[in-house]
Amino acid sequence: MARTLINVPAKAKRGDIIEIKTLIAHSMESGFRVGFNGALIPRDIITLFVCTYNGEEVFRADLSPAIAANPFITFHTIATESGTIAFSWSGDNGFSAAEFATITVE
Amino acid sequence: MTPPRPVLAGLVLVALAIVAAAAAEIPASERRSGYDFMGRETKAMQDDDTANPGMLFVLDGEAAWRRKVGAAGKSCADCHGDARVSMSGVAARYPAFDESRNRPVDLEQRINMCRSERQQAPPLAFESPDLLALTAYVARQSRGQKIAISDDARTRPFIEVGKEIFQHRQGQLNLSCAQCHDDNWGQKLASAVVPQAHPTGYPLYRLEWQALGSLQRRLRACMSGMRAEPYAYGAPENVDLELYLMSRANGLVVETPAVRP
Repeated sequence: MARTLINVPAKAKRGDIIEIKTLIAHSMESGFRVGFNGALIPRDIITLFVCTYNGEEVFRADLSPAIAANPFITFHTIATESGTIAFSWSGDNGFSAAEFATITVE
Repeated sequence: MTPPRPVLAGLVLVALAIVAAAAAEIPASERRSGYDFMGRETKAMQDDDTANPGMLFVLDGEAAWRRKVGAAGKSCADCHGDARVSMSGVAARYPAFDESRNRPVDLEQRINMCRSERQQAPPLAFESPDLLALTAYVARQSRGQKIAISDDARTRPFIEVGKEIFQHRQGQLNLSCAQCHDDNWGQKLASAVVPQAHPTGYPLYRLEWQALGSLQRRLRACMSGMRAEPYAYGAPENVDLELYLMSRANGLVVETPAVRP
């Protein structure tokens, strides 16, 4: 599976706005570049990123060919309860990756 | 065709400026990492390990460090143990003189020597993801330490060769490295700031490359820009130039994996 780096605060107070940062290794080949043989290099990108907090979707992004390699996605949510924040990426050629982090809300 | 007067005057001025500024090396007190010339966002990207894409390669390198390879069936960790201890400060001293080759070798070459001699595995290609990852992992262990290239009698002749390459004009543009990086650092080349060319953070993540790259890749890119023929990967000229640049950066702090625009 692709390598990822996730930054979620381990602890937060109920109602706090927390910042979540995600980074994933992916070439994000745009499909517009020409290879050494003169032919187009086929598109190979991540198309969708979804974050769920205890099963409820809190953030979603559609990714396009203009997004650089190793996409870094950062966003905020409200710490509501302790539990699991799960991340999933999916894309061309059956690409799929998943990761999760746990958070304690006091 | 005669250029219009202001252009001609401008050219003369530029020529004068280059002659006047045929300056010496940058004094130690004015040496600055390329980091100082970057924008706020790029600095933030380098400073945060969970935003720095170079860290993805460092994690790959950590896995490679523990992987048994080659006929000897050994991993790097089997000999060197915990890299955080054994590799601390190593990258700050490389390129370093190697007795068996009787010349300096850079970190990538050192890793490949270990692979072929100790692990009995085929050497990794320059710029291959595995070699970049291992080099980044090893160099990461020196982050925050001061670059300290030894200036002993064995190393000095190679530093001198590197310095000579740095200072002589080459390529169709007839430029030397020193004309930009000693004489005109801090000025603009198109929209980019010309840095002082201190290799403090290699292998580093260059946004333009959208990938991690070695110092040799950077040197070769500069040479192409000068319309000179780049030295081959692993060529002695490249290593001597790396050695000179690192010795020139003595006292600056290792930033691997750095981020650069």
